[in-house]
Amino acid sequence: MRRFTILVLAVAIGLATAASPFASSSPDGLEKVAADHGFVDRGTTREAPVRDYSLPGVRDARVATGLAGFLGTLVVFGAGYGLARRAAS
Amino acid sequence: MHIPDGFLSNEVAVACAIPAVAAVGYGLRRADVDLDDRRVPLLGVTAAFVFAAQMLNFPVAGGTSGHFLGAALAAVLLGPWLASLVLAVVLVAQAFVFADGGITALGANALNMGVLGGVVVGGLMLAARHALPATRGALLGVAAGGAWLAVMAGAAGCAIELAASGTVPLGTVLPAMLGVHAAIGAGEAVITVAAVSAVLAARPDLLHGPAPAPPMLLAVS
Repeated sequence: MRRFTILVLAVAIGLATAASPFASSSPDGLEKVAADHGFVDRGTTREAPVRDYSLPGVRDARVATGLAGFLGTLVVFGAGYGLARRAAS
Repeated sequence: MHIPDGFLSNEVAVACAIPAVAAVGYGLRRADVDLDDRRVPLLGVTAAFVFAAQMLNFPVAGGTSGHFLGAALAAVLLGPWLASLVLAVVLVAQAFVFADGGITALGANALNMGVLGGVVVGGLMLAARHALPATRGALLGVAAGGAWLAVMAGAAGCAIELAASGTVPLGTVLPAMLGVHAAIGAGEAVITVAAVSAVLAARPDLLHGPAPAPPMLLAVS
């Protein structure tokens, strides 16, 4: 299981770090529907540590997104694994 | 499909949070049965993969993009209730760390992108166990169809919640959401089938197939 875990985690980190900067930046399905039907402005935004998947303080936008993906994948793995470990015991 | 703060009324937000919390709580409560030693890391890497793949927006028609949701994949691997837990972990991280999706809308987002798809796919897996042979093709077919249906169920849920909140009429938003997500669901099906195939190739023992009384099927029965 250890090998499988490391392998999948490596794939996830690779995708989030290297592929995410090249993902489509068009609005997603809900954002598009909200824009087309005039309720997109009802949405509110707020501050967050890493807004818009762009690590603050990094000048290159693609690098900032890749680093945000790297960080996020590790955070989510840690949270999922930790929660599962606690819940299972 | 992340609903931001401001789209939903408080009543609808609460009404969505109740089943979402119930499903996630049930997943946690069953964890000592469902989560054996292999599934603890499997849950962690499934959550990590879902988060990573959700970042990869792919273009669909007309200046619109879609992204993987992951509930179907998680439900094939872990069953509907642990799939709800996986998506809740991803959505909480996205909301609090990345401001992707509203805080008050967390229940609705967990319902739309996690619970609904998980339950749809869990039900399909259960039905397929009785109706279909336990083959690779049958499992991949269920994964593909389930992935598409999971996205459509989430889109429909989202549309109904927006309409119930008085944000937009149902007759407007439901066809619009289902129309665009019919294409996004095809992308979900492709990614889900690829991921399930990869797991089948690397660690077929992690998938249930012909194994007796798999935990995910117990969970929906």
